[in-house]
Amino acid sequence: MNLDAKIPPGPLDQKWTKHLANIRLVAPNNKRKYRILVVGTGLAGASAAASLAELGYQVMALCFHDSARRAHSIAAQGGINAAKNYQNDGDSVWRLFHDTIKGGDFRARESNVHRLAEVSTSIIDQCVAQGVPFAREYGGLLANRSFGGAQVSRTFYARGQTGQQLLLGAYSALMRQVGLGAVRLLANTEMLDLVLVNGHAKGIVTRNLINGDIERHAADAVILATGGYGNVYNLSTYARGSNATAIWRAYRRGAAFANPCFTQIHPTCIPVSGDYQSKLTLMSESLRNDGRVWVPKKPGDRRPPGAIPEDERDYYLERKYPAYGNLAPRDISSRAAKQVCDEGRGVGESGLGVYLDFSDAIQRFGLSTIKERYGNLFDIYHEITNENAYEIPMRIFPAVHYTMGGLWVDYNLMSNIPGLFVLGEANFSDHGANRLGASALMQGLADGYFVIPYTIGDYLATLKPGGCPSSDSPDFASVENQIRGRTSRLLEIRGKHNVSYFHKELGRLLWDHCGMARTRAGIQKALEGIPRLRERFWREVNVPGEPGGINQSLEKAGRVADFLELGELMCLDALTREESCGCHFREEYQEAGECKRNDVEFAHVAAWEFRGDREQPVRHTEPLVYESVEMATRSYK
Amino acid sequence: MKVTLKVWRQIDSTAPGSFQLYPTPDLNPDMSFLEMLDVVNDELANRGEEPIAFAHDCREGICGTCGLTINGKPHGPGRGIATCQLYMRTFADGDTITVEPFRAKPFPVLKDLMVDRSAFDRIIQTGGFISVRTGSAPDGNALPISKIDADLAMDAAACIGCGACVAACKNASAMLFVSAKVSHLGLLPQGQPERHRRVARMVDQMDREGFGACTVTGSCEAVCPKNISLNFITRMNRDYAVALFKGE
Ligand SMILES: Cc1cc2nc3c(=O)[nH]c(=O)nc-3n(C[C@H](O)[C@H](O)[C@H](O)COP(=O)(O)OP(=O)(O)OC[C@H]3O[C@@H](n4cnc5c(N)ncnc54)[C@H](O)[C@@H]3O)c2cc1C
Ligand code: FES
Repeated sequence: MNLDAKIPPGPLDQKWTKHLANIRLVAPNNKRKYRILVVGTGLAGASAAASLAELGYQVMALCFHDSARRAHSIAAQGGINAAKNYQNDGDSVWRLFHDTIKGGDFRARESNVHRLAEVSTSIIDQCVAQGVPFAREYGGLLANRSFGGAQVSRTFYARGQTGQQLLLGAYSALMRQVGLGAVRLLANTEMLDLVLVNGHAKGIVTRNLINGDIERHAADAVILATGGYGNVYNLSTYARGSNATAIWRAYRRGAAFANPCFTQIHPTCIPVSGDYQSKLTLMSESLRNDGRVWVPKKPGDRRPPGAIPEDERDYYLERKYPAYGNLAPRDISSRAAKQVCDEGRGVGESGLGVYLDFSDAIQRFGLSTIKERYGNLFDIYHEITNENAYEIPMRIFPAVHYTMGGLWVDYNLMSNIPGLFVLGEANFSDHGANRLGASALMQGLADGYFVIPYTIGDYLATLKPGGCPSSDSPDFASVENQIRGRTSRLLEIRGKHNVSYFHKELGRLLWDHCGMARTRAGIQKALEGIPRLRERFWREVNVPGEPGGINQSLEKAGRVADFLELGELMCLDALTREESCGCHFREEYQEAGECKRNDVEFAHVAAWEFRGDREQPVRHTEPLVYESVEMATRSYK
Repeated sequence: MKVTLKVWRQIDSTAPGSFQLYPTPDLNPDMSFLEMLDVVNDELANRGEEPIAFAHDCREGICGTCGLTINGKPHGPGRGIATCQLYMRTFADGDTITVEPFRAKPFPVLKDLMVDRSAFDRIIQTGGFISVRTGSAPDGNALPISKIDADLAMDAAACIGCGACVAACKNASAMLFVSAKVSHLGLLPQGQPERHRRVARMVDQMDREGFGACTVTGSCEAVCPKNISLNFITRMNRDYAVALFKGE
């Protein structure tokens, strides 16, 4: 397997500029002769499709949502980072780069992360020009806040709806191109497989979710911007429809899957309340700017929070990480919460929760200030839990939130399959073993607006203009037949359990054994359980309805079938990474309760190659070479 | 608690539909309304019956995918919330709850509780944007914008495009939706060059899609999950008058 990252030579801060100068270009009059498929219209996909169409390429974009505006990006709350240094607090491209590398616990590629920090500033300019109503100061300039434990204020935001406003900006740019006839947009369309012709990605096969038609689409290049796969755990902060099918099918066709076990578990979510629960709601991390996290010192203390005196409370983040306190990074805060709950000190009915207490902040700043800062979040909390967090502390617990792993890509964001590009959360490239707050929006838009429009040219320039294959070819026919076969199989089983049953079971296995803390024995248990569950799925699932028309059970069944394979790969990855780093905490490898990295043996990307259903996938590695930063122990104490 | 659902079932856009009764199993009042539907659907699927089709995704009131008419009201009895933010504790044990799709001619029913809202996308396509190419933007702070204008623009921009406003209106008017986008962009300096062309084109498309006229009854504002204000309609009407005058 060829895992050449194609990192340009030269000093780190000149790589991107030089690469841009040296990259192959497609002549303007030839651009319209190339067809590009963009799967996904979230931040990454919508920005890519719009920008590529503006350049003159023939673009077809598709999403499974009923409108491009509804991608999961819409739900991002907190904000987007950029190294503008508008606050004059010492921020710089270097600092953003360095924070991201360190935050990722030295498991991300230097060159890509530096580029991300470089283009971050253009993203803000672009979004402002589109009319994104970012928060402003009274003087009319853009406001910033500090977010996710950063020591500078580099986060731009639009109330608690930053993702919504950025996505609507990208969506409007995309819709403008649709109106101009430069993009053909297919909503309600799900990619079910990738088609390779002579080893190059040349198209996809889709299902029309309204009439059930299976369709073939050919192109010169395929871009996947299909988001993260956290729903493999069933319960997560993701939208219910988010799924792994596009990248999983690409993996089965030969694309390397990098670091699948790197999943971010966010510390501030509303705890699970019952078995019926369909999703976990994120309470923005910004709450940790003013809220203090605590649990009772005594295990099993069931007194209401107000009855627990100050000296019987353990403000454990402040105690363990005095330098960062309640703002300690996500992986660290989540693990600390798990630890106190494991000790029997968790709060709430299930004992799986910790307090996030605003009483000090209310005393210091007054109720009205806290209302102004977080009013909408307190409202959401009230709506869901029926509790008033101005009076009693919020209860929070970690939940699955983001996947740093994804398809392997090189510096040009091309996978190891020529012609297959992967953007946004779907790729693995920038966040290493842990993502910092407000960096996913930045990465999605960097990839779509400012990287792919240039780097795709380097591939297309090697192809004959107008040489896009026909979708009538046998390569397409064979993939279509496989899809039809799989669909009929799913519909014929008519077993005794609905699809959700299997999804919940899988989620439990992964959460218990491949979640916040992992052990060899636990992972092995999951590695035995998942194949058994998968086998039962294919015997016992009940998928009612017909192949034609709207069939939500069928959609869900296809996605869960893929999750049942992906979950196993995640466990294999977690098992073979015999170290702790970032989100990946192997209990065997720790030092005083913190991650113990093994840079000698594991300073690499693990990229998995599919070898068929009956064979073990093969683990390849891309060494991570740090030329500009020193690989330090990541300490927030 | 237990309730009985009276649900609109319709196989596809051409078939006639009808109400069917579904008694629910025992429910936890802390369940969301959509989680209650999940439970009912899982039971149907276990029996090999087709679950009730309904659209949903984020389940936190931001994507605009969900949208049910519950007891005659788009998004149900709450105020300022989408269907996915409605909790069973709002209802009483033993209630019968009527669940229908959003009803409006420009939103044809696709199946059961799902409707086609692509008309909204086509309206945006005609003018709901600022024409700026990637890479051509000046520095973000080059153009100061008063906080008051930016905040008001954000109030309008908060629209989630769910279509409840249309479903609540006796004329199926889309004025609240369109005026929210027109106002969001029209309030910002970046949006000025295309301000009148934008409103003219969007209103034309709105008419072509078959949305009705606005008689300012305010039923749209009352069901809007984001509390988008009727004032934006007034603002749009002014812009539209100028656009006509200028011949845009
Ligand atoms: C609640 C929440 C809050 C967050 N807050 C922040 C924040 O404040 N700051 C931050 O930086 N990040 C945040 N994140 C993370 C961030 O929102 C996501 O990582 C990012 O938006 C992903 O964008 P994307 O374009 O890669 O994918 P998505 O937005 O998930 O888009 C995926 C697209 O692919 C399409 N698709 C998927 N599969 C298929 C298929 N098989 N066929 C066809 N189409 C398909 C979908 O229809 C959709 O259009 C948050 C995440 C969550 C869950
Ligand atoms: S499901 Fe997203 S708004 Fe209700």
